[in-house]
Amino acid sequence: MGWLSSDEWQAVALSLKVSSVAVAASLPLGILVAHALARWRFPGRGLLNALVHLPLILPPVVTGYLLLLGFGRRGVFGAPLAEWFGIVFAFRWTGAALAAAIMAFPLMVRTIRLSIEAVDPRLEQAASTLGAGRASAFATVTLPLILPGIIAGCVIAFAKAMGEFGATITFVSNIPGQTQTLPTAIYSELQVPGGEAQAARLVAVSLIVALGALLASEWLGRAVARKVAGA
Amino acid sequence: MSLSATIHHRLPGFTLDAAFSAGPGVTALFGRSGAGKTTLVNAVAGLLRPDQARIDAGGAVLTDTARGIFLPPHQRRIGYVFQDARLFPHLSVSGNLEYGARFAPRAARPSRARYSEIVDMLGIGSLLDRRPGALSGGERQRVALGRAILSAPHLLLLDEPLAALDEARKAEILPYLERLRDLGLPILYVSHSASEIARLAGHVVMLDGGRVIAAGAAGDVLSDPATATALGQETGALLAGEIAAQDPDGLTRLSTPAGSVWVARPDLPVGAKLRLRILARDVMLATAAPEGISALNILAGKIERIDPAPDGSVLVRLRLGDDAAILSRITERSRRALDLEPGMPVHALLKSVSIAEIAPG
Repeated sequence: MGWLSSDEWQAVALSLKVSSVAVAASLPLGILVAHALARWRFPGRGLLNALVHLPLILPPVVTGYLLLLGFGRRGVFGAPLAEWFGIVFAFRWTGAALAAAIMAFPLMVRTIRLSIEAVDPRLEQAASTLGAGRASAFATVTLPLILPGIIAGCVIAFAKAMGEFGATITFVSNIPGQTQTLPTAIYSELQVPGGEAQAARLVAVSLIVALGALLASEWLGRAVARKVAGA
Repeated sequence: MSLSATIHHRLPGFTLDAAFSAGPGVTALFGRSGAGKTTLVNAVAGLLRPDQARIDAGGAVLTDTARGIFLPPHQRRIGYVFQDARLFPHLSVSGNLEYGARFAPRAARPSRARYSEIVDMLGIGSLLDRRPGALSGGERQRVALGRAILSAPHLLLLDEPLAALDEARKAEILPYLERLRDLGLPILYVSHSASEIARLAGHVVMLDGGRVIAAGAAGDVLSDPATATALGQETGALLAGEIAAQDPDGLTRLSTPAGSVWVARPDLPVGAKLRLRILARDVMLATAAPEGISALNILAGKIERIDPAPDGSVLVRLRLGDDAAILSRITERSRRALDLEPGMPVHALLKSVSIAEIAPG
């Protein structure tokens, strides 16, 4: 890619990696939480709902700072994770993925939850009378029916992760090759006098990636919806 | 296999307090909407956790609140055909049918031959590749029946499987239900239609306001004056008969325990067994053998009991021979004019007789 410098190219590749990992790693939890909020009645449901949505409302800087307190080298969770499992978030690309996942989580859960609520819960009852346990009934009936919603949730979460800036820069800073993602790279270039031309190239890349993701999700969503509805 | 259930469950504005048992064959749970029929079958299926209940099937305890036993629905092996079919929209017809077989225990899993047999019996062979969205209401119910049977259940629950269908579709499904009954699987059949029950059920459990008001053989329950309020215009008796002769003028003579009855149904062979349904409103009474009257079917009997009905009429139960009884609904004024009392011999004039069912074999 001749028209991008190696630093810029690194930023693009890192953003793609961070966003993909953020979405893939949070998807199982996202489906579980969406299902719990849509179908189960339990104490603390309102609190869980509020917690999930918190990153949407909090200033991203605050989320990033809380992440730093929680998952930094000496953080409540960061210290034991580093000590026992060797997992370090602070100033690593993994931290950027964690920040992106948390910021994108509410959008993912909302989208999947809406699609679960659109599925008739009595279909799972029918599955249970046919001998399917709770987990099998979910996997064989509800899951295929909400696949379009899951895809939509992943795409919107991916797009959010690609654009995540505030929490990322607060939590893992802006280290080229380590934690510098597309938005933080654009920010850095705009800080340098005369950097607009370079920034413009990254802006173009952002546009292409975002548009491509949207088109791909539209196409995929339609194909899956056709298969599911089967009309 | 037999099922016995005692269920107490409180819902807002409604209390279900019912005990019943069901043996092999078709047992109908019968009553008006809101009588508690669906609540009852949901409790049997395990879709509802009753406040207090003991339900066992073939010796296995499904629910016993006193001992804290509640078997989840997927371990009960009870097939359930819902009023709205509830086919899985993302699976084809064959996918839906195979879903039923997929979770059956290995030993009970239907063979390829059994699968085709059920598909043929229900006449759904040409629909296998279709999606539920592309099926008619009657086709959907047939697929739902097949799906439930292929899960190899010990008991089948049918919750008003015909209620959402028009008359033509009902007529299309009923023969399949008769074949299903003849498979020998115990069936609990929920309905508010007396004619469906007269046609299908051997036993009837009648519910009203969450309580069992009558239970027993279909003929007895349908002709029990205690059930007349719940049945309304549908009150009537069942009479078993056998085709005795085909008369040349197109009428068919049936021999019944109550005597000979003529019906216009010439397309059945001599010896075929039938079940006749005689509605109480179609039976007139005479104290002497009537003469000069166009009615063909006149049966002699004795008044067994007389019960007042809430609308000012009275319901007269006649004993006809040893093994048959019919009901007649007349006005209180007629009763007084004829001075009818239990024990009096009378003649019953049947204005109309309908064939409820053609018995198998």
